[in-house]
Amino acid sequence: MSAGPRTPFENKFIEWFDQRLPIFTMMNKEYGVFPTPKNFNYFWNFGAIAMFMLVTMIVSGITLAMHYAANTGLAFDSVERIMRDVNYGWLIRYIHMNGASFFFIAVYIHIFRGLYYGSYKQPRELLWIFGVVIFLLMMATAFMGYVLPWGQMSYWGATVITNFFTAFPWVGEPIQTLLIGGFSVDNPTLNRFFALHYLLPFVIVGVVFLHVWALHRTGSNNPTGIEPKDERDTLPFHPYYTMKDSFGLLIFAIVYCIFVFFMPNELGHPDNYTPANPMVTPAHIVPEWYFLPFYAILRAVTIDIGIPFTDITIISAKLGGVLLMFGSIAILLVLPWLDSHPVRSARYRPKFRLFLLLFVVTVLVLGKVGGMPADVPLFHITKDFVFTTTHVAQIATVYYFAFFIVILPVLSRIEVVKPMPASIHEAVLKCQSSCGGNA
Amino acid sequence: MRKLLLTSLVVSALCALVPVSAHASEGKEYPLPNVEWSFEGPFGTYDRAALQRGYAVYRQVCSACHSMKRVSFRNLSALGYTPDQIKSVAGEYTYQDGPNDEGEMFERPGRPSDHFKSPFANDKAAMAANGGALPPDLSLITKAREGGADYVFGILTGYGAAPSDVTVLEGQYFNKHMAGHVIKMPPPLTAGAVTYEDGSPQSVEQYAKDVATFLTWAAEPELEQRKQMGFKVLLFLGIFAAIMYAVKRKIWAKVH
Ligand code: HEC
Ligand code: HEM
Repeated sequence: MSAGPRTPFENKFIEWFDQRLPIFTMMNKEYGVFPTPKNFNYFWNFGAIAMFMLVTMIVSGITLAMHYAANTGLAFDSVERIMRDVNYGWLIRYIHMNGASFFFIAVYIHIFRGLYYGSYKQPRELLWIFGVVIFLLMMATAFMGYVLPWGQMSYWGATVITNFFTAFPWVGEPIQTLLIGGFSVDNPTLNRFFALHYLLPFVIVGVVFLHVWALHRTGSNNPTGIEPKDERDTLPFHPYYTMKDSFGLLIFAIVYCIFVFFMPNELGHPDNYTPANPMVTPAHIVPEWYFLPFYAILRAVTIDIGIPFTDITIISAKLGGVLLMFGSIAILLVLPWLDSHPVRSARYRPKFRLFLLLFVVTVLVLGKVGGMPADVPLFHITKDFVFTTTHVAQIATVYYFAFFIVILPVLSRIEVVKPMPASIHEAVLKCQSSCGGNA
Repeated sequence: MRKLLLTSLVVSALCALVPVSAHASEGKEYPLPNVEWSFEGPFGTYDRAALQRGYAVYRQVCSACHSMKRVSFRNLSALGYTPDQIKSVAGEYTYQDGPNDEGEMFERPGRPSDHFKSPFANDKAAMAANGGALPPDLSLITKAREGGADYVFGILTGYGAAPSDVTVLEGQYFNKHMAGHVIKMPPPLTAGAVTYEDGSPQSVEQYAKDVATFLTWAAEPELEQRKQMGFKVLLFLGIFAAIMYAVKRKIWAKVH
């Protein structure tokens, strides 16, 4: 962790400190003069925004933990006491509850940015992989957090999701038992979920550190996808991007606060305001909105795969769904090798751009059907064949995987790119005269 | 960038169009009434008189079956009651307390710090007295149901004669807004059952509206403070964002 050669600081104390531990030199190098492409658009704000949300979640979460009781008999009441009797408890809880949603919004936009501008490509593969790991850890954290208030949806969500582990042969049931600490979701489940929910955010902090470290090795990508060549292509991070990021963050914070203060329960489910009751199953169990696309993939598999003409099942529908759901995220890990096209930015790859936007539509459609009951009839195709939400989910799932496994490798070989500028500098100049903005 | 934004907008618009209104269930669907509430919208506040009337309806009618365990008498100061009034309301109930120094449990009058007294000792007793159905605790009911206050109003005013396709058994009642259209709560409100001192109409609609307002307050007592603080926070963030925008423009003006 050496910060390289040092230039002395004027301030005596800072100089004294920095000689012994060059934090100030490092900060200046990484966040002060750090050369950053000068053509970022506002999509490049979302890394900083996600960082802000992570800190917000940790601070509000630790405050909640001071009043929360991880016991099935007390959890719901303790959360309600936070809402009613703790000073500004409602504020802290609504910040945390909506914060999870806005954390995911920021990260989804951040991931989309990476896809659109090819930020996952060489030499940033490891940076991208750390990002996917953060995403996975976030999902685990949010899932366990949602169980803590011990409402109906907490309980039944935990029951349904942990039950999917039993689909794995041999290891499935032991894994499920270990996860929930018994044979059904109960007090041991709540206790371990609380312990893990407290732990995982700090693991995320660690992986974020690696993510940023890797970023500062390779430098940022930019909307052209062309690496900076000389100093005409870059600007020092401070003040240019510190100020731009602050502005973007404030706009994001305004939207977030509109939810916290004016519609704090809009993104949640009413059932979670009823205490958990193992004897009463809710009519329609749904996870939080940010899991819905993956939930749709999970439920899209409805047939067992077996050896034809025998009764032998190799992969049950349930296992198939679980495999596809995990696969849908795991496939992101190998994305840098599935798309080997030398040009990064979708700006110069019209075909890639089209298929990527279609992919985004697919994910949104999956989110939509994931929130609906399975097999809701939509319309008749023939007199006897009714098209249902499950069919929509199946078609969307096929496209989701085809995008990665078929379309990207094929495009890597055949796609002809549009004419590209020689450098960022040239792209910015050309744009200023023709497109009149800093896109 | 602009093109990209445009495409994303078109894409989201398309997604919104995916048909969702496909209701598979047989029978008629009744849309919830859309009541005008004083507490709706960013500027909405609770109507104090409606809260007091709603509390009277709860106390004289609903509290015979429904608990409200999360609300205590001292919270009633938000409805505009004085400490003395609260003390005397609480004093009308008896609570078991103890053990005292002799190890005995004893009865004492309620205090402002006590939570509303539940009508039944436990859920089993409540179900036994209500034909097997549990009257839910009402402290959070408007947050725990899709539709909130409109739903509570809908349930209370949604009784009527059952259409031919709904079977209503002994001890059940047809209700437009209950899932499955049958409910085990007998119609709780009848016109004139609760006397209003302020001259408001003593109709089922008015009772339902007032008690739904009261229950919304019980579920979200922080609502007014929350919205007030929200405006201050948004004002602060808005000004801060405008300043940062100006700063950013100024710094970036020199960049080519
Ligand atoms: C005679 C006892 C009784 C009285 C009085 C009564 N209720 Fe109920 N209430 C019940 C029972 C029993 C249920 C459960 C019904 C069911 O599950 O079918 C219920 C259910 C409800 C529900 C929930 C419906 C749902 O979605 O599950 C609401 C809301 C409600 N009552 C509001 C009120 C209000 C407001 C009052 C006062 C105006 C009131 N009740 C008075 C017995 C009563
Ligand atoms: C990665 C960051 C985090 C995410 C995504 C996250 C997510 C969540 C979610 C979705 C809930 C349920 C909200 C609700 O419906 O009430 C929750 C609850 C909770 N979280 Fe977190 N959390 C994070 C960090 C933390 C941290 C660091 C703590 C510190 C201990 C914490 C403590 C709690 C507590 C005590 C609750 C239960 C109280 C409640 O439900 O409001 N969280 N979390």
